[in-house]
Amino acid sequence: MTDLSMPKERPDPHNIEDRGLSETPAQRESYLRAGNTLGSWFFTTDHKRIAVLYLISVTFFFFIGGAAAALIRIDLLEPNGTILTNEGYNRAFTLHGVIMVWFFLIPSIPNTFGNFLIPLMIGARDLAFPRLNLASWYIYVLGGLCTVYVLIAGGVDTGWTFYTPLSSMFAHGQVVMAATAVFIVGFSSILTGLNFIVTIHKLRCPGMTWGRLPLFVWSHYATSLILVLATPVLSITLALIAAERLFGIGVFNPALGGDPLLYQHLFWFYSHPAVYIMVLPALGVVSELVAAAARKPVFGYKVVAGCSIAIAAIGFLVWGHHMFVSGQSPYASAVFSFLSLAVAVPSGIKVYNWTATLYKGHVAIDPPLLFACSFIGLFVVGGLTGLILAMLAVDVHVHDTYFVIAHFHYIMVGGTVAAYFGALHFWWPKITGRLYSLAWGRLSALLIFLGFNLTFFPQFVLGYLGMPRRYHHYPPEFQVWNVFSSTGSSILAVTYLLPFLYLFYSLRYGDAAGPNPWGATGLEWTVPSPPPKHNFEETPTVSGPPYDYPMEFEERP
Amino acid sequence: MSHLPLWPLEASAHSGEVDRLVIGLVILSILLSAPVFILMAAFAVKYRRGRTADRRHRIDHNMALEVSWAVIPFLLLLVFYTWSTELFLELRHPPADALEIDVVAKQWMWKFQHPGGQREINDLHVPLNRAVKLVMASQDVIHSLFVPALRLKQDVVPGRYTTLWFKADKTGSYPLRCSQFCGTDHSLMGGHLYVLSASDYARWLEQSKVDGSLAAQGATLFRDRGCSGCHGAASTVKAPSLNGLFGRPVPLENGQVVTADEQYIRDSILLPQSQIAAGYPHIMPTFQNVLSEDDVLKLVAYIKSLATLTPERSR
Amino acid sequence: MTDHASDPAAPVLPYSDPEQQREAAFLGMYVFLGSEIMLFGGLFMTALVMRVLHPHEVVETSKELHIWIGGINTAILLTSSFAVAAAVHAARAGVGRVSAWLLAGAAALGIAFLALKGVEYSLEFRDGLLPGVSYPERFSGPVERLFMDLYFISTGLHALHVTVGIALLLIVSRSVATGRIVLPQRAIVVELGGLYWHLVDAIWIFLYPVLYLAR
Repeated sequence: MTDLSMPKERPDPHNIEDRGLSETPAQRESYLRAGNTLGSWFFTTDHKRIAVLYLISVTFFFFIGGAAAALIRIDLLEPNGTILTNEGYNRAFTLHGVIMVWFFLIPSIPNTFGNFLIPLMIGARDLAFPRLNLASWYIYVLGGLCTVYVLIAGGVDTGWTFYTPLSSMFAHGQVVMAATAVFIVGFSSILTGLNFIVTIHKLRCPGMTWGRLPLFVWSHYATSLILVLATPVLSITLALIAAERLFGIGVFNPALGGDPLLYQHLFWFYSHPAVYIMVLPALGVVSELVAAAARKPVFGYKVVAGCSIAIAAIGFLVWGHHMFVSGQSPYASAVFSFLSLAVAVPSGIKVYNWTATLYKGHVAIDPPLLFACSFIGLFVVGGLTGLILAMLAVDVHVHDTYFVIAHFHYIMVGGTVAAYFGALHFWWPKITGRLYSLAWGRLSALLIFLGFNLTFFPQFVLGYLGMPRRYHHYPPEFQVWNVFSSTGSSILAVTYLLPFLYLFYSLRYGDAAGPNPWGATGLEWTVPSPPPKHNFEETPTVSGPPYDYPMEFEERP
Repeated sequence: MSHLPLWPLEASAHSGEVDRLVIGLVILSILLSAPVFILMAAFAVKYRRGRTADRRHRIDHNMALEVSWAVIPFLLLLVFYTWSTELFLELRHPPADALEIDVVAKQWMWKFQHPGGQREINDLHVPLNRAVKLVMASQDVIHSLFVPALRLKQDVVPGRYTTLWFKADKTGSYPLRCSQFCGTDHSLMGGHLYVLSASDYARWLEQSKVDGSLAAQGATLFRDRGCSGCHGAASTVKAPSLNGLFGRPVPLENGQVVTADEQYIRDSILLPQSQIAAGYPHIMPTFQNVLSEDDVLKLVAYIKSLATLTPERSR
Repeated sequence: MTDHASDPAAPVLPYSDPEQQREAAFLGMYVFLGSEIMLFGGLFMTALVMRVLHPHEVVETSKELHIWIGGINTAILLTSSFAVAAAVHAARAGVGRVSAWLLAGAAALGIAFLALKGVEYSLEFRDGLLPGVSYPERFSGPVERLFMDLYFISTGLHALHVTVGIALLLIVSRSVATGRIVLPQRAIVVELGGLYWHLVDAIWIFLYPVLYLAR
């Protein structure tokens, strides 16, 4: 197992065989060099290579969605717009939502880090269905290409929520194609979830019981349950919209006896669990980052693992909180409000447990911890504002305003994207075999935290003041807050680019990372960095608890 | 400073109540989250790697602690839940003597119709200290009427009537906006809510051009569109009498009994086959493509005005 | 890692023993079938809501459906499932020819199902019941129309799955007949294909009463 006899200091730059101007010996023997042709990458079944393929494609879509965001924030500098028309603006925010939700956030952590790490963490040589894994990537790319087509063919302007009857009967634009793109990428999600569930059930190495799984794996298991059970409901809903648009079937059309609210119920029945698909993997990442930074087991491991499952389960029961003012029965709304408070409890437990993990730890203030702290700070604000939104009388005021936008960006961007960057900074040495500059990493984490708050905190104020969302024109008195927000977003744009610079630099000039530069527990840190193609020389056996850090110390107070 | 607004205007007691609820929730949020920020920072400093500190007897779980920091915040939240839900349910029960104003939303304007027949586009004048109930219909897609100063909004859904009631207690002009994305000019769909003192409101009513009260306009439509041909007193066709109908129970063909409210009247006109009254033939044509939501609201107002008349003998 | 061609039962990477691989394959198929159930779940939920809110209209419209065609189709699917179960049994026993014929027979029954469904749709088309071709006065109310739309969408989606199932059965049947799938070592392929067909059948078992027997 991992050598933890002595707490390690930061990675030793002298512990390398060459100074990194060419590939390291570890890299030479790794999965990165097992086959050098394009074909060996595009027809690979190695989960690590597929993870890298996803990393590249997910980054590509992040930039497209980010470009749409940039357009939006530039346009909102002036109350009457600067560079976009009304329709152009509507298309921009629709594209931003569709791409960020389905092509970035949902696959970001599971398909890159989940794919790469789950087999390693459980002592397996690959996922249960390696070819299905590759198929998932191709399906994702196909969905992505359809979305790029939508973008080029004029876009769609219904909002990522495609509410009927606007989307089914009134909107111009590529609604059917957009629905098709999302339908396709939904299959990628379902197959990924399926793969993870079977892998975690069946491919754990000897001694790796459920009670010894890293919390990252628990989170991905919970996420996979949602992926498999919720995504099909989205598929059928999108199919119904397409049917309405193409054949005039009246399921959502009141003139034909249909019900626009039925659409909202079907859509949110998927989309609320979907936000847990976006956040549960991030919660798993943060557990790993905090434990490794503190060199201490996560406080209350069993409870935290159970919380992941609880979030997934209760998350299926709260969809009506998106519909408090939609005309839904007030008594149903009261029930949904109550359950929405309940679903926050497991998340709160996790945050308090992470805090307790740092107590009496050996805390290293390195980029992974800083990103984890960034996550915790921003996720807490996002989560608490979610509770505020769950309160019926308040929601009547702030529903469909910038308050909601700020809330979900705090969680999705402040939370998930911070965790994504944290994961990138933590497992980069494992994936690439290279070390990067910790100083730059810390700077990145700090700048992203500051830029984020400047961008999105003003939006809470704007929302309470009454600025509705999806508004191209806004009252002039809101301009100053909007300018703050846009300024913050320009800082964010730069700071999101920053890691690319020093991480790419490390690919060529970084020091070689040993198997375990952070001194962390976990099977992934027992293999070379980068890992060889088949992960383990021989199947490992596990005999100790997870996060097997020493608990007793002889230390003078 | 008008350039940096911090808090929306308050136009009703309800607004004040919502603000108090929000401030309470913000305080609760700070109470629940401040320990996290403070302790994380403190621990990261005190227990920094390489720094000597007392790390003996580390614990990695404590059920009592975990249960308490799950249950206590939840119980505190329930207090706010009760307060908020009560406030919300009040919104669903407009007082019986509320002034009723009809609203039709369409891409991309608001049309308001006062009972006396006064019409407004995008702006709404209401009297001070009087309960106002808005009965809302959409001509096309889902819209939402939002008045930040009242802390209220309600989606306007095609195919049904939704209602919103309020009682403004401060005169002034307050922004009124559409808050459910409805297409290209969604952000241009709005105006102002003008709350006038009783005398100013009366003067405004008089000064507005009126084609007749809403009910009177409805009566004209009733004749012009041929409704009286079947439902009028002189008709030989077997059709339900509309006198004394509004608000009464109606036995349907399928055995159900429904109340003849606005939604029932609207559906009877636009989707006549959906709820046939017991004992009547299925011969009413639909006026779906003939009448707009405005027209239907006028007819509803007319039929409401017949509520106190005695029903004619059934034919 | 043994060569898969020489020993068809040998586990492939990442599995270390054949039992593990077998269990994983079954679990994977069950999870996939679970997602298919959720796909139809949305439609069943809609049907349930309609039934609860408008029982009278649902009953009336259900009477318009061709209960006998539906009934015969149900019998066809049940028989085909029986054939598939027998095919799996034969595959496990290593009797490739019998297995291949049973699978092909089940596929043929599936084709018969689709043919009858086509006949049924054409009758409904002629009757003006199907969405897109019906005229406003055909139904006494919007709920009736919605029920027929739901009928069309659900049975259409099901027919799509039947088509996929038929293709699957034919491919497996052919592979078994030509010896590409070695029995009984690779009987799992027949078993998993059989599971898919059983799901397609099971969905119909629920669709039929919900739609046709609502009367």
